[in-house]
Amino acid sequence: MSAIKLNVQGLDVRFVSSQKETHAVRDVSFTLGREKLAIVGESGSGKSTVGRSLLKLHPPSAKITAKAMTFGEVDLLSASEKAMQKIRGQRISMIMQDPKYSLNPVVKVGEQIAEAYLAHHKASRSDARERVLRMLEQVHIRDPQRVYNLYPHEVSGGMGQRIMIAMMVITRPEVIIADEPTSALDVSVRQQVLNVLEELVDQQQMGLIFVSHDLNLVRNYCDRVLVMYAGRVVESLAACDLHYAEHPYTRGLLAALPSMDNRRAHLPVLKRDPLWLTQ
Amino acid sequence: MPMIQAHALNLSFGTGAAINQVLHDVNLSVADGESFGLVGESGSGKTTVLRCLAGQYRHWSGALSIAGAPLQHKIPKEHFRKVQMVFQDPYGSLHPRHTIDTALREPLIIHGVGDKDDRINEILLKVGLNDSFRFRYPHQLSGGQRQRVAIARALILEPRVLLLDEPTSALDVSVQAEILNLLADLRQREKLTYLLVTHDLGVVTHLCDRVAVMQHGKLVELLDCQALSQDQAVHDYTRMLVQASRDFSQASERRQVG
Repeated sequence: MSAIKLNVQGLDVRFVSSQKETHAVRDVSFTLGREKLAIVGESGSGKSTVGRSLLKLHPPSAKITAKAMTFGEVDLLSASEKAMQKIRGQRISMIMQDPKYSLNPVVKVGEQIAEAYLAHHKASRSDARERVLRMLEQVHIRDPQRVYNLYPHEVSGGMGQRIMIAMMVITRPEVIIADEPTSALDVSVRQQVLNVLEELVDQQQMGLIFVSHDLNLVRNYCDRVLVMYAGRVVESLAACDLHYAEHPYTRGLLAALPSMDNRRAHLPVLKRDPLWLTQ
Repeated sequence: MPMIQAHALNLSFGTGAAINQVLHDVNLSVADGESFGLVGESGSGKTTVLRCLAGQYRHWSGALSIAGAPLQHKIPKEHFRKVQMVFQDPYGSLHPRHTIDTALREPLIIHGVGDKDDRINEILLKVGLNDSFRFRYPHQLSGGQRQRVAIARALILEPRVLLLDEPTSALDVSVQAEILNLLADLRQREKLTYLLVTHDLGVVTHLCDRVAVMQHGKLVELLDCQALSQDQAVHDYTRMLVQASRDFSQASERRQVG
């Protein structure tokens, strides 16, 4: 791990409405260097909320506070909307879960990628097109010329996700936040997409925040893991040490996975301890 | 006598030049009380087989039978008292503006079954809920609770066969374990036959005795789950699937050693 790209200390996110206040993220601290950091946890644990807070993508009802939230030399907390526009997509980009919902259905995929490039760079259309074609090649799309002119409904899920990745990486960001990038994909395609992402992260020396609920996947793919429960980080450890996790929640999650090699009549079910909410 | 039987099942969509055959001569035989798994990637036709058995597609050719009774293209009401289906997404498969009580009552009304209130209470207990859930709406339930309701709705007519279409893939790991345990218990208690579609080899080996692997609308391999976990699969595609789901655990072991 080299230079620290992101530094987050004591991040707190609350969603306030007239009736009630939801405390979604409580006192989350982490740093990100040139590495693959996973955030795991079940639905509602606040893992996506953390990812979105970094880009300030929340509605105005969200109250974000932190002791520190810096990206390189930029203080994200005090950054103006205009400053954020410069960061979003260019220096930190985000890959969403489902390509079906995140691509514009009536614009050719190649043009969508070019648009992402042109939003941050002064370049001619033909220049952008060249870059897009090269980018498509980099994400292992076999016939970039043909794929450039396809509409999102004409590509498969795995290809769609690679197009999303191409769109997010073409600006050469320093940090990528991937929010469950493979949970809508098949096992066989999933591996391809992960390989593509890993290659790019290595080549361009990016930091990756990988939000997922899949412990097995994260164990192999990432360097470090943050385990979240009810808005808190309950455990932070190296991915290869996940087996030796100590927190009962992490252990419970690992035990609840059905396994091909270890058939059990009954899967152990997670017993939630109210103490986890405060400790 | 096998509970579910399919012989030379073929199905295609479209006509003329645009014809697209999605099932090619699928043969299946599932014994009474067995739990049988169907695995394969999206588009391999595994859900289509379930839909044929559930009566959602009716233009198939070949022969299908449930408990020895051949399935006609026009399906009598009684069929649905033997066969019920549980869908993948509990957020999409329950009517958002119907209470749980309404959802569970509907099959009873259609089939003219009496004792409705008692049956609804009983089935809710069976799936690990209670009567306090009866007058709630789906949005007031968690994903796991919704899937329990979906299972209750399938079981309320006391069918003998449950067709399970990726019943846990929309759920968290911790909730998935609960639902898998519930399905295993129910099968034992109610002597049910399961036909389970999934792409997760962990789930299929946990719940099933035998598994069939599908690719491009064909059954490419049929084997015991034990053989599957002992790496005795022969077909390339099956081996690839096993490898893909093993990769994760093996790589982490390598890291620990290295």
